[in-house]
Amino acid sequence: MEILNALALFTNFVVVPATAYGAQLALGALGVTLIFGILRFANFAHGELMSFGTMITILVTWFLQNMGVSIDPFPTALLALPIGVLAAISMALVMDRMVFRFYRKQRSNPIVFAIVSVGVMFLIAGIIRIVIGPADQSFADGERFIIGAIDSRRALGLDEGIAIKQSQLITVVVTAIVVAWLFWFLQKTRSGKAMRAYSDDEDLALLSGINPERVVMICWIIAAALAAIAGTLYGLDKTYKPFIFLQILLPIFAATILGGIGQPVGAILGAFIVAFSEVTVTYAFKKFLTYLGPTDWAPDGLVQLLSTDYKFAVSFIILVAVLLIRPTGIIRGKVI
Amino acid sequence: MSFLSATGMTGGYGGSDILHDCTITVEKGEIAVVVGPNGAGKSTAMKAVFGMLNLREGSVVLDGKDITNLAPQERVPEGMGFVPQNRNVFVSMTVEENLDMGAFIRKDDKIEETKQQIFDLFPILGEKRNQPAGELSGGQRQQVAVGRALMTQPKLLMLDEPTAGVSPIVMDELFDKIVEVARTGVAILMVEQNARQALEIADHGFVLVQGRNRFTDTGEALLANEEVRRSFLGG
Repeated sequence: MEILNALALFTNFVVVPATAYGAQLALGALGVTLIFGILRFANFAHGELMSFGTMITILVTWFLQNMGVSIDPFPTALLALPIGVLAAISMALVMDRMVFRFYRKQRSNPIVFAIVSVGVMFLIAGIIRIVIGPADQSFADGERFIIGAIDSRRALGLDEGIAIKQSQLITVVVTAIVVAWLFWFLQKTRSGKAMRAYSDDEDLALLSGINPERVVMICWIIAAALAAIAGTLYGLDKTYKPFIFLQILLPIFAATILGGIGQPVGAILGAFIVAFSEVTVTYAFKKFLTYLGPTDWAPDGLVQLLSTDYKFAVSFIILVAVLLIRPTGIIRGKVI
Repeated sequence: MSFLSATGMTGGYGGSDILHDCTITVEKGEIAVVVGPNGAGKSTAMKAVFGMLNLREGSVVLDGKDITNLAPQERVPEGMGFVPQNRNVFVSMTVEENLDMGAFIRKDDKIEETKQQIFDLFPILGEKRNQPAGELSGGQRQQVAVGRALMTQPKLLMLDEPTAGVSPIVMDELFDKIVEVARTGVAILMVEQNARQALEIADHGFVLVQGRNRFTDTGEALLANEEVRRSFLGG
């Protein structure tokens, strides 16, 4: 019984939140890894692209809420998400046309591209601050919990319950659908194969008659769509904080590099490893251990390896470790 | 006029010229081989035919059409297939996907048919169709590369040192396949280090020295030519 309680506790506070967080990171990391595979640079603007798509989703959500449109018990944001996705795609394509294409014509170094993307990041961040402001926004509505803590405690007959928020379930379901679609697209369709071929060898793809500008455009469309979805899911699960999207680049890049740069499967793997590490390391194991040991052995401290304030250190440590031990990542990817 | 006539090609990669008034011609169904010492501009001449080099003078005419000013990727739909020496397969993609990529520009519905012909020509590709091309041996990779180029149904197939880095047995096998491809009516232009073996299967040979045509004759005549043998074929 005590062991089951400990497991339920662990599931509730580590497995469930880390799974949702991992899914959000996975969508972000997939976008970064696709852009690296095709355009061959680390896109620092990706976080702000997520933020931009989310912002538009929020604005449309508010509009729909004012109009009295609702798909209760689901959050209205799901209805607004397609517009957010379209906005993010437009932003990505405009930025590509106005900024990145110039450097592509010049055949610039990848590091130049990365620095340019930092500039684009600041630009999009500025637009977001002007439109929606720097404050936190909450836009989740609809049913909050699918399974409440009390209900699950009763159902399981345990002292500890496993609560699952609707946003967490939506995150996992949407991610599963999007990822399944993405792999189908990359493996089976003509355009998807062209993207993989281009990522594999640019010159040979050109010899095969693949149009590079088209591949680049499809890549931006997919990456931006993934970004808007990831940002919205993240915002639904927590709240929308414009400032978080600079910080979230770190776990996303860590996941991308850990999984192997340019490798979509690796990005997903890396995202879940980063998410689980982050949540596990910052979880206070006091109660968990109390359940497992005799009552008077209960630890005095929180048994928390790292304060939540330092959760980004986990991504840093993973990044450094990967670059030292296996720079190609889990699935052998490109080395920067 | 020949099926392919690249005449008077003069140019380089910028800076000084590498090719000087170099001429290469190929007829339909024939194999033309470009040989010569290291640094003679053999690969450069082939790249010039494919448009990867800016020509100052000279012209490239394929099947009566002047394509001198087309970019390499624009020459592929005109009927040129090019197999580079290195990095000539998509290593992360399966053998079959490599062939599919070769057929990328084709809009007709005979693609499966061509694929089957290539599997007949190179049976090993059929066996390994679902294996990533990067996991194959050097000789098998060359077959994938040739197969990929053949998927476009080229009228002229250009091979840049197809036997580089493969064993002598595999080399003989590859040459046999190339002869088979030529018999189907495809013109073949090939640059080769293994000059003697290549000239044995060649209808025409071009011996280049320092970017200039030194000898041009049938493969047989070049092999019989005392000077060519002494200078370029090691006796």
